[in-house]
Amino acid sequence: MDWMIEVEGLVKTFGHLTAVDGVSFNVPKGQVLGFLGPNGAGKSTTMKMITGFMTPTAGSVRVAGHDVDDQPIAAKAQIGYLPEGAPAYPDMTPIGFLNFVADVRRLDAATRRRRLDYVIANVHLETVLEQPIETLSKGFKRRVGLAQAILHDPPVLVLDEPTDGLDPNQKHEVRSLIADMAKEKAIIISTHILEEVDAVCSRAMIIANGRIVADGTPAELERQSPFHNAVLINCQDGGVAEALGAMANVSKVEEMPDGYYRAYPKNGVSIVAEVADLIKQRNWSTSRLSVEPPRLDDVFRSITRSRPEPGQAVEPGTGQGEAV
Amino acid sequence: MMATTWAVFRRELKGYFNTPLAYIFIVIFLFLTGIFTFYLGSFFLRGQADLKPFFNFHPWLYLFLVPAIAMRLWAEERKSGSIELLLTLPLSVWSTVVGKFLAAWVFICIALGLTFPMWLTVSYLGQPDHGVIVASYLGSMLMAGGYLAIGACISAATKNQVVAFVVSVVVCFLFTVSGAPIVLDFFAAWAPQALLDAVASFSFLTHFNAIQNGVIDLRDLIYFVSLILLWLFANLIIVDLKKAD
Repeated sequence: MDWMIEVEGLVKTFGHLTAVDGVSFNVPKGQVLGFLGPNGAGKSTTMKMITGFMTPTAGSVRVAGHDVDDQPIAAKAQIGYLPEGAPAYPDMTPIGFLNFVADVRRLDAATRRRRLDYVIANVHLETVLEQPIETLSKGFKRRVGLAQAILHDPPVLVLDEPTDGLDPNQKHEVRSLIADMAKEKAIIISTHILEEVDAVCSRAMIIANGRIVADGTPAELERQSPFHNAVLINCQDGGVAEALGAMANVSKVEEMPDGYYRAYPKNGVSIVAEVADLIKQRNWSTSRLSVEPPRLDDVFRSITRSRPEPGQAVEPGTGQGEAV
Repeated sequence: MMATTWAVFRRELKGYFNTPLAYIFIVIFLFLTGIFTFYLGSFFLRGQADLKPFFNFHPWLYLFLVPAIAMRLWAEERKSGSIELLLTLPLSVWSTVVGKFLAAWVFICIALGLTFPMWLTVSYLGQPDHGVIVASYLGSMLMAGGYLAIGACISAATKNQVVAFVVSVVVCFLFTVSGAPIVLDFFAAWAPQALLDAVASFSFLTHFNAIQNGVIDLRDLIYFVSLILLWLFANLIIVDLKKAD
């Protein structure tokens, strides 16, 4: 496989603090890798080293075959980078800024016109092109940063929290834009928003304390959820907990207020059919029967913090949300 | 390399005129040169058609005004985070260092160029030695470049513009006064002539005064050019080292 990004044994220490502690991974073309992790986990530091802004304490990064340390200019030419917080030059206008980036990236006149038209239309900057960047809203600033990153149509994109500060519509647009580019490029995005991982990422990686603690497709990670394949029922009849607990594939039953019960399967097998049979057989009046939706939240929390107690109050069936 | 330096240069130079900074600087510069020349320099009383009183004050004017321009060169980028963007673009650090320096230098030269009415005035009043005036302008430009290179280098070491300004003024001050009589007299009493010359030769004043007399000596040119290159090289090293921070 042709790797577009090769990260090997990356370490970064600041004094006594080890921000990144031996991170290795590869990203091929066509993959969108989502970096997840609590604040301060080392996501941004890793991105700064991939893009050549920071020199690693140890380890190496190759981008499209170019070592970032030995051939920085060749490597950087292959990367589009949206740094954390989307910094730009506050006195410049978006069009002036994009033209500067095009100058530095040496786009010829025809390419420049075509790409400017493309990014301006796709990140919707038409209305603010001539306004100083410092007067723009947070969402527009972020989009200017994104436009700058994709301007030269790079094979590698590194986006640090690309949808931070955007409203839900804008988030959706940016995700569609990323999804559109996904086939052609190797993309790394970092995010706090776990639904984003489901929406755009083909691979998710959880980083905590500078180490990779989980790595797989979003579906694979979801399987690690303590609620994976757990079944939620609402039933006012008596003896439900005992009957569920007696089932062969049920490891544990949790009784919650208002007649809610949650049954956890053994080894993550699907138990919803058996539970449905049981309900029919006992003729319980059930107002709800559902499989807990797969939630990266729970995986994220259980991996980056202590494992959640199964008795912990998790609102039944709230779907996806933002990790804290 | 040339193309990216040019891109950085253009962005920086335009940046000065996007904000009131440029206009304020130019007005203050012209105002102060006027005060120094006509009031402190007794331009009219001297009864001589030359620009000596005008150029004599340039080192002291630059001592404060050039660090004020230089302080933002890198410190502001570091503070706003735009440096992360700049240094992840495919350009060499050297072309960034040079582009930024040249833009600020050209800007200062524009301000200096706007003092041309002085030249007109003195030409109207008498027959000045135009060769001396051209040499003095050239010397003044070179000296401004020296102050600027020092200031740019120090600006790269911090993200606090005030710190950059104060430290630059102090360093520039040392490079200025090492040739002033007050320092040289102190050494003259006891130090051998060689040491005296060495101290004096580090000074902007010594070299600027030599050029101001109308003699463009290669040694003075080499002094300013090598001083600028040395500080720009230090600037490059600091930017590079900061990547490991």
